[in-house]
Amino acid sequence: MNHSKAASIFNKDEKKVDWHDKALWFVRHKRDKAVHAVEGWESLRNYGHGIKAHTLSNLDNYLIQFEENALKNGVQVHWAANGDEHNKIVHGILKEHNAKKVVKSKSMLTEECHLNPFLEADGIEVIDTDLGERIVQLAKESPSHIVLPAIHKTKEEVDELFQEHLGTKPSGGDPQYLTGEARKHLRKKFISADAAITGVNFAIAETGGFVVCTNEGNADMGAHLAPVHIACMGIEKLIPKQEHLGVFLRLLARSATGQPITTYSSHFKKPVNGNKMHIVIVDNGRTEQLSRPDFRASLHCIRCGACMNTCPIYRRSGGHSYDATIPGPIGSILSPGKDLTKHSSLPFASTLCGSCSDVCPVKIDIHSQLYKWRQIITKETPQPFVKKTSMKMMGKVFAKPMQFERIGKVARWSLRNLPKGVINSKPNVWGKERDLPSGPTESFDDWYKKRKDNEQ
Amino acid sequence: MKVGLFIPCYINQLYPQVGIATLELLEKLNVNVAYPSGQTCCGQPMANSGYEYESVGACNNFVDNFKDFDYVVTPSGSCAYHVKKHYDIIPQTEDVINVRNNVYELCDFIVNILKVKNVNAKFPYKIGIHKSCHGLRGLRLGSCSELVGPSFSSIEDLLNEVEGAQLISLARKDECCGFGGTFAVTEEAISVKMGKDKIKDHLDSGAEVITATDTSCLMHLEGLINRNKQPLKVLHIAEILNSSI
Repeated sequence: MNHSKAASIFNKDEKKVDWHDKALWFVRHKRDKAVHAVEGWESLRNYGHGIKAHTLSNLDNYLIQFEENALKNGVQVHWAANGDEHNKIVHGILKEHNAKKVVKSKSMLTEECHLNPFLEADGIEVIDTDLGERIVQLAKESPSHIVLPAIHKTKEEVDELFQEHLGTKPSGGDPQYLTGEARKHLRKKFISADAAITGVNFAIAETGGFVVCTNEGNADMGAHLAPVHIACMGIEKLIPKQEHLGVFLRLLARSATGQPITTYSSHFKKPVNGNKMHIVIVDNGRTEQLSRPDFRASLHCIRCGACMNTCPIYRRSGGHSYDATIPGPIGSILSPGKDLTKHSSLPFASTLCGSCSDVCPVKIDIHSQLYKWRQIITKETPQPFVKKTSMKMMGKVFAKPMQFERIGKVARWSLRNLPKGVINSKPNVWGKERDLPSGPTESFDDWYKKRKDNEQ
Repeated sequence: MKVGLFIPCYINQLYPQVGIATLELLEKLNVNVAYPSGQTCCGQPMANSGYEYESVGACNNFVDNFKDFDYVVTPSGSCAYHVKKHYDIIPQTEDVINVRNNVYELCDFIVNILKVKNVNAKFPYKIGIHKSCHGLRGLRLGSCSELVGPSFSSIEDLLNEVEGAQLISLARKDECCGFGGTFAVTEEAISVKMGKDKIKDHLDSGAEVITATDTSCLMHLEGLINRNKQPLKVLHIAEILNSSI
């Protein structure tokens, strides 16, 4: 289903749309307060952008350096070209350690590779431990946002879900009670886990270490209790040096939730004595995106979700309408690189208002990339006949002033003289909820000519 | 200083009063302004829909009409931005480069080139400003709420000097109205919802009139206001600045 159709369905419940919009705008507003309090915020963005651009231009070397240092630290390093390879590697490690119960701390990469169903097919229990992720997992849904995965669910909906799956009492959606019950439920899972999987927010080439940011401490709880820790990262997570971390940690939390820093910014470097630590480094289409000069900056993304919170379309269409692991503006420039036909409607789900580019902490020119994808999509994927023909005709009319004048006259006459029922009939989508302008008797051209004639 | 007036296609055909107000305002400010008769459209409708290559004829026509002027002025931030940002589609001759450098949105031209803030207008109403995105984030006609830096606005500079005008403040001062060209049709549900929310913000804030630098946004908002019979008027900023009620 394309974005427009899915968004129309989401918009049938206007109250829910208002609630979704308000919840995300609240986060955007919190972000504004947090960034306006930082002197030099714009310099920090420039710095973040520069470090990312530099790293991507030297990615091969930094990846080799990272691997060398991680190996020195006693970490086992694996390379995966695609999602399937990633899943097989993770599965292999779990088999090797006879791990049957896995706790996972939020990782969009494992979502992207569809790791959960892959492991579950072999009878391995995978528990997402981020509260929002756990909620969508129980509901058998995918996250609708990368930082706030269950933002599309009301507390009443969570109440019902917990009653069904965790055996809680009806509480009318009491957040404190529900969080307490989730905590008890997750603690049991942490204690009995055989292995922990985490994502990676930043991997440091200079040290071979990596950092995972959470607000719930679930990455630490998983990684510290289980004997095996598998960290899965996309190749673009790399930063050259430890000293660059301060830039990104400051940018990330403020942009994501308006916090000065995430509650936990956990640094992992080597396994605890007797335990095992693995890193799986994944490409899955990233080098291909890197090879496209117009779109490579999309790999700067540090997954803060600020572009989603600010996007007036995302706020009113919900994350699921994007039908992609990463929704919203950033997803709309990443996804077409993976499957142009499947995601061909996403770059058009934007008014090109540019708010996403201005809010982006690493200055990705998101709206310009949306425009560029549109040019490629109309050439490389099948387009509706009506759209294609009308654009061609419009192009011709606007190239010839005489034709433009003639067609303008007909259009104005029609708006003035045709009955409203004809003007607002079904083929005219504009007229469904909006009136068309009334056609004036003379155009500006007509008026100007008359004035000129009168002057002479 | 020779100034060429560009009147966007839909203003020419559907909102001639905006073109008239723009021309009269520039003449009041003693600008030597001419209106080349062979103009049509900047090419944006095709380009934003992904058919940039179908807009080449329109782009060449635009350059042919305006290449001999020191400045090109238009009552549309969106069209000015399109010429500046997206005319890479045609070979970058000296004429093309000049036109791209010299095209200005009306308020930008008055405040930053003519260095005028008071245009001697009178308009005793409560005005809500809709900061059209391409002018705001494309041409930086004002400071944007996402960016950290000093606050400024060419539009507010001009409206603040209008006698009797009261500028109201919105809850979401620079949120998009949902027009977005063909987006208004291809993503009809979202477009309509965005427009309704924008109008509600203006009504809640006590505006009597919504103004903008782009008639396209106003056409979308007016379409909703008229359909829902809401107590709001829309006027392009040129109409207010040319007003002496």
